Amino acid sequence: MRESIWWTVSIACAVVMVLLLSLHMGIMHLAGLLNVLGLNLGDVRAFSAVVARGKNPVQMVVYVIFLAVALYHGLYGLRGILLEVTQNRRWEVTITGLLFLAGIAAFVYGTYVTVKTFTG
Amino acid sequence: MLAEDQKKVVFRIFRFNSGDGGAPRFQEYTVPVQKGMTVLDGLVYIKENLDGTIAYRSSCRMGICGSCGMIINGFPQLACQTQILHLESQVVEVRPLSNYPVIKDVVPDLSSLMRNHTAVRPYIIRLDDEKERPTREYLQSPQELEAYLQFAYCIKCGLCLAACPTVATDASFLGPQALAAAYRYIADSRDSGMEARAPILDTPHGVWRCHFAGACTEACPKGVDPALAIQLLKRALVLRTLRLARVQAPAPVAPPLAPAPRPDIPKAPEPTVALVREQKSEGVEERRS
Repeated sequence: MRESIWWTVSIACAVVMVLLLSLHMGIMHLAGLLNVLGLNLGDVRAFSAVVARGKNPVQMVVYVIFLAVALYHGLYGLRGILLEVTQNRRWEVTITGLLFLAGIAAFVYGTYVTVKTFTG
Repeated sequence: MLAEDQKKVVFRIFRFNSGDGGAPRFQEYTVPVQKGMTVLDGLVYIKENLDGTIAYRSSCRMGICGSCGMIINGFPQLACQTQILHLESQVVEVRPLSNYPVIKDVVPDLSSLMRNHTAVRPYIIRLDDEKERPTREYLQSPQELEAYLQFAYCIKCGLCLAACPTVATDASFLGPQALAAAYRYIADSRDSGMEARAPILDTPHGVWRCHFAGACTEACPKGVDPALAIQLLKRALVLRTLRLARVQAPAPVAPPLAPAPRPDIPKAPEPTVALVREQKSEGVEERRS
């Protein structure tokens, strides 16, 4: 498949990550600023608030999306580094395959933990 | 005794012969230098007066042929364009271009440069047969020319590949010269070869391997900006993949010149010479028959 497709997806993932991380930073660390803007979220870092967010289905979906895009972006970058020092087509296919499997495994495990938190 | 405007500079030259299997080493020569002397002039002086065995490549001596690329005091430069006194150093270290095999002394083997350059099909590709059987010149506006002109100034000296940190780690990388050459033709309004070049460019070792270090642009002696060409090439490939690229027909051939007759200028007389020739040939035909 065209490399430009993988690259474009990687950039799109970076954009999603920036958006979600901005949201995270805003909610978790810029409460004072949000207060000034008239948005009072309460004590978002209290244990009860963390547990409540864990039970929120929207939060769970956002976590899973973040997990997916971060894994893709990170593993695509790692693949780029490894392919740069690999001059053999067979190794290239092997590296891509192994990283794909590692990504799937990490995604399944991460999703399991997120869903377990939501349902547990 | 040296003239007042003459200095002595030590040339520290990389010596190696791939044929004799000896270890590489540096050899020093003291060269009298005066204002205006280039590193190439220094090498010529050494070869003619001190050591006829040193090998270097040169041709035009004016920054056009791109033959005399070498690492001078740690930076890839053309020897013919580098003034010795401008280096402001008592020692001029001359090494062969990095990222190429060395044939002898400061003569690199530029085969990889030429191979990659050829791979991107650096010529106008058209789907019609105007190129095979040309009828008239292509029509191209000054703005369309401007889109690729600076990339057409490449002299294939190979300095950009010597400066590129990615070429140093990835031998399969096409390199800034070939990628800039590809963009030069893709941006040319007469060309329609994007589909032919994309399978070569849109690969892990193609355009996507560039880290945008920008060393190629800094090294280019002709002011070409290969790093910019590569970024523009990335954009073109992504737009093509997303099917957002503006499909544009290649430049047409120019319409035939048909100036409107001016009433104040009388019509040219009939070509009498041709008429005489025609009459003569008719006469010959009649006699034959």
